[in-house]
Amino acid sequence: MSRTDVEDAFRREYGRAVAVLVRVLGDIGLAEEAVQDAFTVALERWPREGTPPSPAGWIITTARNRAVDRLRREATRDRRHAEAALLHSPSEPEEVGPVTDDRLRLVFTCCHPALAPEAQVALTLRLLGGLTTPEIAHAFLVPEATVAQRIVRAKAKIRDARIPYRVPSDADLPDRLPAVLAVVHLVLTEGHHGSTGAGGPRADLSAEAIRLGRLLAELMPDEPEVLGLLALMLLTDARRPARTAPDGTPVPLDQQDRSLWDGALLDEGRALLRTCLRRGRPGPYQLQATIAAVHADARAWSETDWQQILRVYDDLLALTPTPVVALNRAVAVAEVAGPARALELVDAIDLGDHPARHAVRADLLRRLGRSAEAEVAHADALRTARTDADRALLVAARGRAR
Amino acid sequence: MPTYLLGIIQPSGPAAPPEMLEPIMREVGAVDQAMRDAGVWVFSGGLHDPSTATVLRARDGGVVVTDGPFAEVKEQLGGLTIVDVADLDEALTWGGRLAAATTLPVEVRPFQG
Repeated sequence: MSRTDVEDAFRREYGRAVAVLVRVLGDIGLAEEAVQDAFTVALERWPREGTPPSPAGWIITTARNRAVDRLRREATRDRRHAEAALLHSPSEPEEVGPVTDDRLRLVFTCCHPALAPEAQVALTLRLLGGLTTPEIAHAFLVPEATVAQRIVRAKAKIRDARIPYRVPSDADLPDRLPAVLAVVHLVLTEGHHGSTGAGGPRADLSAEAIRLGRLLAELMPDEPEVLGLLALMLLTDARRPARTAPDGTPVPLDQQDRSLWDGALLDEGRALLRTCLRRGRPGPYQLQATIAAVHADARAWSETDWQQILRVYDDLLALTPTPVVALNRAVAVAEVAGPARALELVDAIDLGDHPARHAVRADLLRRLGRSAEAEVAHADALRTARTDADRALLVAARGRAR
Repeated sequence: MPTYLLGIIQPSGPAAPPEMLEPIMREVGAVDQAMRDAGVWVFSGGLHDPSTATVLRARDGGVVVTDGPFAEVKEQLGGLTIVDVADLDEALTWGGRLAAATTLPVEVRPFQG
């Protein structure tokens, strides 16, 4: 086994090991130290002695022993943790809840509503994804010190305010699940677009989001929205090979070479979507996945079933009446009922100085032949666009229209 | 069991008229009683207007007394409840009931130790 194999194991097993150790030690900081210690030992031993039959089990046992040793040495540091670590054994029966997996407990701790959304994202990527602080900082294009501070603050709040390490009860799950799904979805959209500035799509972040989505689907297979989110992520990520031109410029959906779409991911996404829709409990992610599936079924942009997309957008708007959904629905209205009707809708949407609203208006005005107004809207879109990729898309859209 | 402060944040200025206050106080009383029944209640009380506050500062070996609240801000602590519960989720549940009863923001903050 090489060093890379240990690093792969780290990426794969870090979340599980930290989650078990958090339960055993009752402290996230101690758990992380212990697991990192164990991987350091693995780096020394595995290449020499071979990989143990159960790498995850080995890491967890080693981390637990290391933590107990450390706590014995520093007995004054905190008696309670030492006692907890010595009393509990990982084979003990676990507390009852809808699902009893340590990682699931940790997901709900990381995505607790008492933590700021950006702290939820950073903690989830760090503790469950095993990403380092520099990796998270790089992914979100924020300074390392900012991410480090967010993580330190969040961990301190979890400890001091006693944010529980527990899967919410069935009764509380509907309130708590959306935050978890939002964190994973945010990681995906960041992977596709980037939030600010240069950089463009980041495949590693998309892959991480899908990995987290698969984990959630494995842990909560009965929650249709969990499956819906995974379906949505697979159906959108399948387009990744077509989303960027060879020269690096982004390609909008209507211009993409659909033969480049990943057929295996599309099939998996469609199958998941069928499974969750059968439950008859639709939600925003299932509906967005349905829209993505309609696009996936069209061999070309011109063959898109806009009637069906508009029907799904009607349902989505009823469920989540946000300006962004209303704007996306207006795009479908333009295809079904023409740009004039769509423009009326867009002008009534209260989305402020939002680049997407300006871009949609520019497109509709162009199609209506109102070029002077279209140019103004186009300039507004360029002025407010947050990323280079968005600006490139706008310039490309205008170029095509000419 | 950890202890939490549930601080009721009140806009500065004159109090609401009695006809508005009365139903609110009834609601708050009901939440208070529910806390006692659940065995989580430690203390609760409403505060007089911030203008009744006095600030003390140690200076040059003595203590200087000044009239008024520590800081003139738009919102002040108007009342507080202290509960002894299992974790933040339980504290947030009680805090939420208090916020609904008072129609005011409630700040939930853990005590040390």
